[in-house]
Amino acid sequence: MEFAELIKTPRVDGVVLRRPFLPTVEGTLCLTGHHLILSSRQDNTEELWLLHANIDAIEKRFVGSLGTIIVKCKDLRVIQLDIPGMEECLNIASSIEVLSTLDSVSLMYPLFYRPMFQVIEDGWKSFLPEDAFKDLESMTEEWRLSDVNKDYSVCSSYPPLVAVPKDVDDDTLRKAAAFRHGGRFPVLSYYHKKNGMVMMRSGQPLTGTNGRRCKEDEKLINATLRAGKRGYIIDTRTVSVAQQAKARGGGFESEANYPQWRRIHKAIERSSILQESLIKLVEACNDQSHSMDRWLSKLEASNWQTHVKEILTTACLAAQCIDREGASVLVHGTEGTDSTLQVTSLAQIILDPACRTIQGFQALVEREWLQAGHPFQQRCSQSAYSNSKPRCEAPVFLLFLDCVWQILRQFPCSFQFSQHFLVLLFEHTYASQFGTFMGNSASERSKLNLSQKTVSLWSWVNRPQEVERLSNPLYEANCLVIWPSVAPQSLLLWEGVFLRWKRSSRCLDEAYDEMVHIIQYNKELQNKVNNLRRQLAQLETEEPLLQTP
Amino acid sequence: MEHILTPKVEEVKLLDRYTAKKPAIGTLYLTATHLIFVETSCHIRKETWMLHHLIATVEKLPLTAMGCPLHISCKNFHVAHFVISSERDCQNVHQSLVRLSQPVEELYAFLYNPKQDEDERRNGWGFIDSAMDFKRMGLPNEFWEMTDLNKNYELCSTYHSELGIPKTASKGTVFGSAKFRSRGRIPTLSYYHKESNAAICRCSQPLSGLSARCVEDEEMLQAISRANPKSTFMYVVDTRPKLNAMANRAAGKGYENEDNYSNICFQFVGIENIHVMRNSLQKLLEVCAMKSPTMSDYLTGLENSGWLRHIKAVMDAGVFLAKAVAEDKASVLVHCSDGWDRTAQVCSLASILLDPFYRTIKGLMVLIEKEWISMGHKFTQRCGHVDGDPKEVSPVFTQFIECLWNLMEQYPCGFEYNEKYLLEIHNHVYSCQFGNFIGNCQREREEMRLYERTFSVWPFLWENRHQYRNPLHKCSLGREVLRPSTLPLNFKFWCGMYNHFDKGMQPKQSILDHLLTITQKKAEGEKKMTDLQILAVMDGVLADQGSPTGTPPEQTSLSPVSVSHTAENAKPLMNGAAVEEAEIELVPTAGSEKMEPVGTVVSMEIKDVRGGTKFL
Repeated sequence: MEFAELIKTPRVDGVVLRRPFLPTVEGTLCLTGHHLILSSRQDNTEELWLLHANIDAIEKRFVGSLGTIIVKCKDLRVIQLDIPGMEECLNIASSIEVLSTLDSVSLMYPLFYRPMFQVIEDGWKSFLPEDAFKDLESMTEEWRLSDVNKDYSVCSSYPPLVAVPKDVDDDTLRKAAAFRHGGRFPVLSYYHKKNGMVMMRSGQPLTGTNGRRCKEDEKLINATLRAGKRGYIIDTRTVSVAQQAKARGGGFESEANYPQWRRIHKAIERSSILQESLIKLVEACNDQSHSMDRWLSKLEASNWQTHVKEILTTACLAAQCIDREGASVLVHGTEGTDSTLQVTSLAQIILDPACRTIQGFQALVEREWLQAGHPFQQRCSQSAYSNSKPRCEAPVFLLFLDCVWQILRQFPCSFQFSQHFLVLLFEHTYASQFGTFMGNSASERSKLNLSQKTVSLWSWVNRPQEVERLSNPLYEANCLVIWPSVAPQSLLLWEGVFLRWKRSSRCLDEAYDEMVHIIQYNKELQNKVNNLRRQLAQLETEEPLLQTP
Repeated sequence: MEHILTPKVEEVKLLDRYTAKKPAIGTLYLTATHLIFVETSCHIRKETWMLHHLIATVEKLPLTAMGCPLHISCKNFHVAHFVISSERDCQNVHQSLVRLSQPVEELYAFLYNPKQDEDERRNGWGFIDSAMDFKRMGLPNEFWEMTDLNKNYELCSTYHSELGIPKTASKGTVFGSAKFRSRGRIPTLSYYHKESNAAICRCSQPLSGLSARCVEDEEMLQAISRANPKSTFMYVVDTRPKLNAMANRAAGKGYENEDNYSNICFQFVGIENIHVMRNSLQKLLEVCAMKSPTMSDYLTGLENSGWLRHIKAVMDAGVFLAKAVAEDKASVLVHCSDGWDRTAQVCSLASILLDPFYRTIKGLMVLIEKEWISMGHKFTQRCGHVDGDPKEVSPVFTQFIECLWNLMEQYPCGFEYNEKYLLEIHNHVYSCQFGNFIGNCQREREEMRLYERTFSVWPFLWENRHQYRNPLHKCSLGREVLRPSTLPLNFKFWCGMYNHFDKGMQPKQSILDHLLTITQKKAEGEKKMTDLQILAVMDGVLADQGSPTGTPPEQTSLSPVSVSHTAENAKPLMNGAAVEEAEIELVPTAGSEKMEPVGTVVSMEIKDVRGGTKFL
């Protein structure tokens, strides 16, 4: 076993674990191939099981022979381990450093994890494109499922099956793909049942500096318009960024070649800027100084809330075009794998009540993120503490979750899930025992054969007890479009993630439990009243019979 | 009334404060007490009511193509932008409002009549008695007594007539100390902590100047210190920034010299003065008024206003006091300059942290009566009730309420009341519908014969208490002392206060309303259950047994009386309705590249019943 070579000291006694707002634990520290474990070996005390993959950075300090390792996790938690003995401490630290930064996919924990729970429904099979398409077919006949990408040759980041206009043949798709960044030709993202309008997404068109055009691409997107209707193209980049992209072969749809489309530019930042923003935000949250000015200015300088506002604004715009203007929409940025997906998935949360259910939200994540080729592995390999030079890391999905939380906060009764679900997804995108967020695309996941070799997160989530834990007690199905406010006053810092480890959760947990209790009690009470009433009514009808001898 | 030049103007536009969406069109009425806008462009009748007395500024802007704009902003942060087609009408409305909002003769409270007889009025004024609160704390006891030395307001004209002082302080000591304290505001008991024997006392600054001393004042402090025999020292907290306090020395005032007073531990806590606070609020409101600010504009504006910094400073001071009493078990004497602004904020916050009674609906009434009204917080001047020195106006009470809201955010189960209660109290402080917050001190209120001529707000709030309940409140928290975190990240901008009337900015569904509806249903269900059970026992379906369901609720069920109240007044939040409305409000402006979704939707709310329009 390779891991054994990496673990110089597998076990140290007398280690003290310190965490904010929790009692310290003294016990034995063990390192395994995938976990850091601290156990007091006493009953009733909590054990710490930390995935190495969850460790973002470590720091070591020494006072005499007592070493201290500060472990900074990708879920933003910071813990401290006091380890007696300098050598032990150094060994542990170096092992953790290596084990937490293993690059090889074949060594990742999901490939080793065996579930301790019974899989009732295999999450790998829960959200197949074929099934999603059946729903679409029941609403419209204008679309078909194409397998033009069945061997991932047309677009490496697309799934084998994509929904496209019925009148467009595979050959046209291939040519349109050649004209779009990463081969990401326009495909169906969402069908608005209410008025039959659609939202599509793609990569940028490769117009380049000399304004190349592609008749097939034009045909493809025009096929989605009703006669005489205009559509909107939402480019998630500013005009100047889109202009600059021309020099690198990219570009945008010109009015001349796409006369039926009106282009709107928005300003969602690129991924490297988002990563920097996350780092600054987390640093601001960790600042222990008592200066209000410093906090507000750091919060402002992080720009995190600006990104939240910008993304939500763009999503509202897309939703507005569809629902209010009765127009179809094409969304793209540069690659079409980041800001594009933020916009298309959030617009669906706003428009489609199904996406606000537990199952529906999973389907949305599966469809608009996993199948749509968001490179989770690249984006989530480091979080806010890592010292190593960022490569492709960016909290694109975390920003999406943050935006969902903002809508959830404004419509607390319209979602079947609580913020616990969003926090859970955040955690599992960065470190997980499940294979769901491994790889960067459907093709990579299929090459790794993850559906056979790993357990799906959805298998875990969809067990009754987990569903109950993630449920929102306030939920009342609401079939309407929900328009969030994007005024700065209406957008708060997501405490559930960013301030989670900064303060005791006791009072907030207590309030949540109390709320659940009130709702539960009321439900039971109403049931009992109804039962008793029924019993009495029954008795009344039976009574005359009893009295007759 | 001769002030109303035009009682009714038709075809008036009410603009959205933030977005350029289609304005509401309606009729504007001026009554003796209110400005009322009735929307006619909408199929549901929508009314906006503004109490003249709440109007802070009314501004007529130059004529535009649409008509003549009239901007009104209220002390409860309600802002309305009207456009009146005729300049003459606008001129008339403007003139009328300017006069109506600055009452020359009578405040609204003197006109307001809730159809109660004299007995009810008198009982109403007796509903909250701050002297009773000292009894509740266990006074008088071996260390403290209540004295009527101030019964004719000779000792201190701005204090209440009954004061708590240490038993060992002689009359001479008290009078001597009064001479050495600004405006005679001697050290007097604010809160007595039974568990530790430590007390919070409050006063004004000493007239120490550069070197003056006063034996009686030193004795007074010693007497306070001795009243807590287990502690060897007491804190003296000056809530001002050190620099301000030092500047006062030159004017013959100042702060206690540790060398002259035995066993005191002196401390500055650095809360800014009323002028800084007034300007800070002004800046905050400017941030709120920005049309479509970027996140950066907003956060920078929030920081530059300094508002949250001040809120935190007040909270920090409150926490310091509570800690001194609960943990160090030491008594504390608090003052600022006059001891009626910052001192009131800090003492009342500390009381809330220390004593769960003040976290109840009635307890907060007692606290406000005790620390603010009786101790001479200058409500008339600070709220600008009558045309006076604008430099005396300052949002001191607003800050206290905001600190309280921040505490409630940290302790969602800790308080019996909810956010609505705070907003309602705040509203009444400014509306002058009731007599409680008129006048600058007890003596003035007596001189104005307020108890005969106006009504008290407390019975009115108590009657509506079901609306102000926090469904999550847990009595089980017991006598716990609250130890809130005052890290900056725990303080939030209070959208519910400053954008209260901009409904589009707030959550479209309210958890509070939802839970209030459920608690109402619960009470009804429990009653029904009991009725049914009686029937069932009679019919022999059930054996006789107690509680309605297997697990009895932790909270005692509401009494039948409050059930009927709830049934009348609760407005259940049905998902559909609330959301449907939110949808209607959004007018798409798609087609332009500047299309701004939502943000700032929604016009004024349907008939606004806040601020005393209920009984009109």
